[in-house]
Amino acid sequence: MTAFAILLLRDMRLAVRQGGGALIGVLFFLIVVTLMPFAIGPDLALLARIGPAILWLGALLASLLALDRLIAADYEDGSLDLILMARTPLELALLAKALAHWLTTGLPLVLATPLLGLLLNLDPRATGAVALTLLAGTPALTFIGLAGAALTVALRRGGLLIAVLVLPLTVPVLIFGVAASNAAIVGPLPFGTPFTILVALTLMSAVIGPFAAAAALRHGLE
Amino acid sequence: MRPIRLLGSDLACVRGGRTVFRGVSFTVEAGQAVLVSGPNGAGKSSLLRLVAGLIRAAGGRLTLEGGEADAPVGEQAHYLGHQDALKPSLTVGENLAFWGRYLGSGTATATALAAVGLDAIADLPAGYLSAGQRRRLSIARLVAVPRAIWLLDEPTSALDAAAQAILADRMRGHLAGGGIILAATHGPIGLDGAQELRLGAER
Repeated sequence: MTAFAILLLRDMRLAVRQGGGALIGVLFFLIVVTLMPFAIGPDLALLARIGPAILWLGALLASLLALDRLIAADYEDGSLDLILMARTPLELALLAKALAHWLTTGLPLVLATPLLGLLLNLDPRATGAVALTLLAGTPALTFIGLAGAALTVALRRGGLLIAVLVLPLTVPVLIFGVAASNAAIVGPLPFGTPFTILVALTLMSAVIGPFAAAAALRHGLE
Repeated sequence: MRPIRLLGSDLACVRGGRTVFRGVSFTVEAGQAVLVSGPNGAGKSSLLRLVAGLIRAAGGRLTLEGGEADAPVGEQAHYLGHQDALKPSLTVGENLAFWGRYLGSGTATATALAAVGLDAIADLPAGYLSAGQRRRLSIARLVAVPRAIWLLDEPTSALDAAAQAILADRMRGHLAGGGIILAATHGPIGLDGAQELRLGAER
């Protein structure tokens, strides 16, 4: 087994053992989305129209939840020192950590979407479209968050700073995620164009995120 | 592979705008140990982290002769710091197996655990270990993955007499095999004939 797979499996095992992670994220997602109809009122047509945006916002906020532990936990217990000293390039190690994080916190959000679509009066086709865009787009949120998490560790600041750093950078992902969902539901634009851009954003952040995070961590060495 | 040799010349370290030390030079031949001593704040830990590549040197050169040519010193060294790099929710065996596989091809987890006397509690989550047991588990990592240079920061802290004897025995074995040890310490750690590198408290 390669070092990449070993680290990926360890982080996934940690996320499952410590509980929290996946389930808390999904519960938070559920609460945010459930609150919306109460705030907006029982206008079913309106709910169906803004449903995709609500689901995307919920997923965005939920994916921020566990981000501050992504690297900070390893930094605090000294594991990061050993990861830095290992033969495996830091970029690859961070990619493994980000993937493990997405599999344990992002993927459950995608799986919970069909249930939440019901609460927002979305028809199955619309729910499917939103779930598909979340599947394609949430990895980008994790990779962008990875760079933010590394930066907060390097700066030795935690907590809310990460949200302030990361949220503005996720705006393009949000725009094209919601645009693709709406295109699939109401048209008139084709679904393909915004969805392709969304996938491109994810692929781009998968490359830039680990390198930016590694650069931040190396620079923070003092 | 020819014998290794670790050379530090005129090393300097600046942290938070303050010069921790400068002009530190040492030569360690294969099979030798260096005890880094000095008062609190003299930069013992900083020197070890600098050799490990975890902090940048503000000046001077660090060279390793005879090791793997392309790999930086840190990749050929073990660092035993104040933190134990253990995950409380993984078992003792899982913690060691992870580092063994991640850092090298160390697969003899059971042997390494037996060497530090933790084989009986291999299935216990590491969160239940005492400070001394956590230290023992970290030392098991050095046993499981062979690396030429050991950087030990206060290696005997929290260890009882039996564990200190085990550690001293392992260190002698490592030196006999042509390894190098750099240890930051305030007291004797059971190595005879080690050179001492005293870091002054120049302010």
